[in-house]
Amino acid sequence: MRFGVVIFPGSNCDHDVIYVLNEVMEQDVVELWHKDADLKKSDAVILPGGFSYGDYLRAGAIARYSPIMEKIIEFAKRGGFVLGICNGFQILCEAGLLPGALLHNNHQKFVCKNIYIVPDNNATPLTSMLDKNKPLKIPIAHKEGRYYAPNDDLMTMRQNHQILFRYCDKNGEISEAVNPNGSVENIAGVCNAAKNVFGMMPHPERAADDELGITDGRIIFESLIRAVKDKRISTSN
Amino acid sequence: MPAQKVNEQTAGELGINREEYQRIREILGRTPNFTELSIYSVMWSEHASYKNSIKWLKTLPRKGKYLLAEAGEENAGLVDIGNDLVCAFKIESHNHPCAIEPYQGAATGVGGINRDIFTMGARPIAQLNSLRFGEIHLDRTQWLMRGVVQGIGDYGNSFGVPVVGGEVYFDPCYRTNILVNAMSVGILKKGEMISATARGKGNPVYIVGSLTGKDGIHGATFASADITENSAEDLPSVQVGDPFQEKLLLEATLELNRTGAVVGMQDMGAAGIICSTSEMSARGKCGMRIDLDRVPLRQEDMEPFEVLLSESQERMLVVVKKGREKEVEAIFDKWDLSCEIIGEVIPEDRLIFSWHGKPVADVPASSLVLGGGAPVYERETREPAYIKEYRKFSIDNVPEPDNLNEVAYALVRNPNIASKQWVYHQYDTMVRTNNLSTNFPCDAGLVNIKGTRTALALTVDCNARYVHADPYIGAQIAVAEAARNIVCSGGEPMAITNCLNFGNPYNPEVYWQFVQAVKGMGKACKKFETPVTGGNVSFYNQSVIDGKEVPVHPTPTIGMLGLLREKNNQMTMAFKSKGHMIFLLGKSQNDISSSEYLVSWHKMTQSPPPHFDLDFEHRLQQVVKKLIAYSLVMSAHDISEGGLFIALLECGMPRSLGFDITTDAEIRKDAFLFGEAQSRVVVSVAPTRETEFIDFMLKEDFPFSALGHVTKGEIRVDDISFGFVCDMKKFYDTTLEKYLEDPVS
Repeated sequence: MRFGVVIFPGSNCDHDVIYVLNEVMEQDVVELWHKDADLKKSDAVILPGGFSYGDYLRAGAIARYSPIMEKIIEFAKRGGFVLGICNGFQILCEAGLLPGALLHNNHQKFVCKNIYIVPDNNATPLTSMLDKNKPLKIPIAHKEGRYYAPNDDLMTMRQNHQILFRYCDKNGEISEAVNPNGSVENIAGVCNAAKNVFGMMPHPERAADDELGITDGRIIFESLIRAVKDKRISTSN
Repeated sequence: MPAQKVNEQTAGELGINREEYQRIREILGRTPNFTELSIYSVMWSEHASYKNSIKWLKTLPRKGKYLLAEAGEENAGLVDIGNDLVCAFKIESHNHPCAIEPYQGAATGVGGINRDIFTMGARPIAQLNSLRFGEIHLDRTQWLMRGVVQGIGDYGNSFGVPVVGGEVYFDPCYRTNILVNAMSVGILKKGEMISATARGKGNPVYIVGSLTGKDGIHGATFASADITENSAEDLPSVQVGDPFQEKLLLEATLELNRTGAVVGMQDMGAAGIICSTSEMSARGKCGMRIDLDRVPLRQEDMEPFEVLLSESQERMLVVVKKGREKEVEAIFDKWDLSCEIIGEVIPEDRLIFSWHGKPVADVPASSLVLGGGAPVYERETREPAYIKEYRKFSIDNVPEPDNLNEVAYALVRNPNIASKQWVYHQYDTMVRTNNLSTNFPCDAGLVNIKGTRTALALTVDCNARYVHADPYIGAQIAVAEAARNIVCSGGEPMAITNCLNFGNPYNPEVYWQFVQAVKGMGKACKKFETPVTGGNVSFYNQSVIDGKEVPVHPTPTIGMLGLLREKNNQMTMAFKSKGHMIFLLGKSQNDISSSEYLVSWHKMTQSPPPHFDLDFEHRLQQVVKKLIAYSLVMSAHDISEGGLFIALLECGMPRSLGFDITTDAEIRKDAFLFGEAQSRVVVSVAPTRETEFIDFMLKEDFPFSALGHVTKGEIRVDDISFGFVCDMKKFYDTTLEKYLEDPVS
């Protein structure tokens, strides 16, 4: 299986995602340069975190115009799996592949720390292997991570099981007190209606290596890998 | 170009004194023009030339078996860390810009120090910083602090290098002149360093990165003068940072290094093009011919001297092998970075700058630089009268409080002791997935070298109150504490970088502090075998308030690099389990000198540094190393600000465990709990290893004592309850945010 990891100018979690996919998950990885309009036969594409184009206009606002994005949009429309982490999530929202938007944190500051998230459902490929009652300890690191979508959209998303994760405490309780950025309904990650494009603010790649002491992010990659494998089998049949 | 008249007065206005002006005339054999005078003004400024410090810096130990580049040879020190890898690291100050414009000042400080590292071909993998502000309740302090922290965060987070350690102190002496010291640590393959040296007649000289603007003209000169009430008028001396350009420059530089087309490279920091051209030329014993009009500009109507002196950020000077230009240009093109040939290397010791074909300056490169023609001074020293006064202090004149529990709660809420999480949560501490201290807290920042069995241990330390009380002893303590932090984390101290923040060197009392501190530092560095690989000196850190000069506390910040040859050797500070025994390594002393307790509770600022014995400290560290290597301890944490009580609390908080201890009848209780006598470490021992631990300690013949045991959460001292760790933790965690969070938002 081959994962394409997109490198925008200003991406800074690209090495981390590649390391985890290679060394921990034992997957093939190909680097996708933003100027190349070629996914190099990737089975799934990951947009890593960072500050693409310095995030100068608005996080992700410029990156969506990179040549590679046209190919990613085509790939997603064909049902290809795409995961955006942090800045990658912001780019996917800007590109219209995911509903909603990511605004400045309500406290207006960058925040980097371990937090807990709980899967809203396991009806999506990214959460299929997760236990709905087991919170995951995964770090966040962002300044523009306050998820927002209008009420109507949220209702549709809830009905379609498009909400992937919500911020919670270590016991899985969801409350405003543990909302690290003011996201609506404590939302930490979402997917599209077709459930093949995913975005999340927490960094699963920062919670996957044994040496770092927390590994709750690994199961998210495992779910994705299984989904890609299943899909390959079904398409080849 | 309008011919500006040059005389002694012009020189004086540019910060050049009469004898220096005469010296310039001798070097050139003529009167310099304004551009040339400007060149000498910045290159002979304190900031660039180290003219008042270099004589003493040379007395520091600068050799060691792991050192690959000595202080001053390259942009940063280089240390062999095994596995065919080399570590480049350095600390630098950005105090003056931050005092005026905290956000950009701090941001460009981070940018500058990282450029020093990657210009050598090393990828930065960790950052640290050391910050000092005035009293936290002051509006101005809060404004400065919010700006500095956001500046460091916005720049470093975007650049993508984790902050793995740091320190924050508050003291009235830093009220207007804050200190902002930033450290960067990078690694590269052995033998792949890019040297900051120009060589080879006819090789093209490139300027790459950001465009050049009028920002920071004479910034180095600005950094070499007192901060006054009028300093805000110097605002154009502060530069503006662009972390995105820096990130591109980093990736392009590392890619460029792989081509082998680079002869030499140096970043442009203080004093801009003139600094890089002269230093690179002087190292290679050659010169350069530079067409200043070929430098890509951000704005129109810039004078040649402005182009020469501009401190626009995110720029590099690169000398490339002739014939390899296309390869080089392709890489910068890939990263959308500007890249222009502005001149060539010449064999003579001359820097010839021209502007649209006309020469505007012609000076010998070697005459500008440290170790070349730059002046070297030794200043007058005088021991300040307060030193002897402080020594008269006696603990017997300090009443012992009745309720020590109250003292404990006050110390937990003391901004110098309380958690700095309000600060470090704004920094990306986890990017690059190499920070081993996030989930395993320890006394130093541990950085995983992926693919090897090793990790780096990094720390920045300086208790400036101790240094103020006695610079010779205080500087030794700063080095000792840094080494202790690394040893308690399971590492071996390797080398240091230093950032020497002092007042005005022309003040004999300040210069005495400087000399004493350098002597103390040298003594301690020899003892711990941690040579000095470089760093910087920042003088003129003092405020002129109502006509009276108030120097900051002498603050020689130590940035230490340590190595864990086996990362499994990592030791954390956290108590692991209820029932584990707690021991003190070292001796309790009847000593509260210069402690946070003495200053904040008793309001007594005049006392000598706490008890310290360098040989004893060294022995302690050897014992700690063995205890960790033999797996005899479950945790190790050194005792520093706030004394034993705070150290125990810090051991308990990560897992919400408490402690039950007994004090020593021979020692005053307040000194036992809150005194800051040095060379003490708290360890916890599993009951199953207790006998083995005691046998080992007896065999080592090193002083130790049983303090008590770890509890489920309650804190008890001599059978009196001090409450619960989780309650104290709330105060500890939220103190800074109470001051710094706007209640409206």
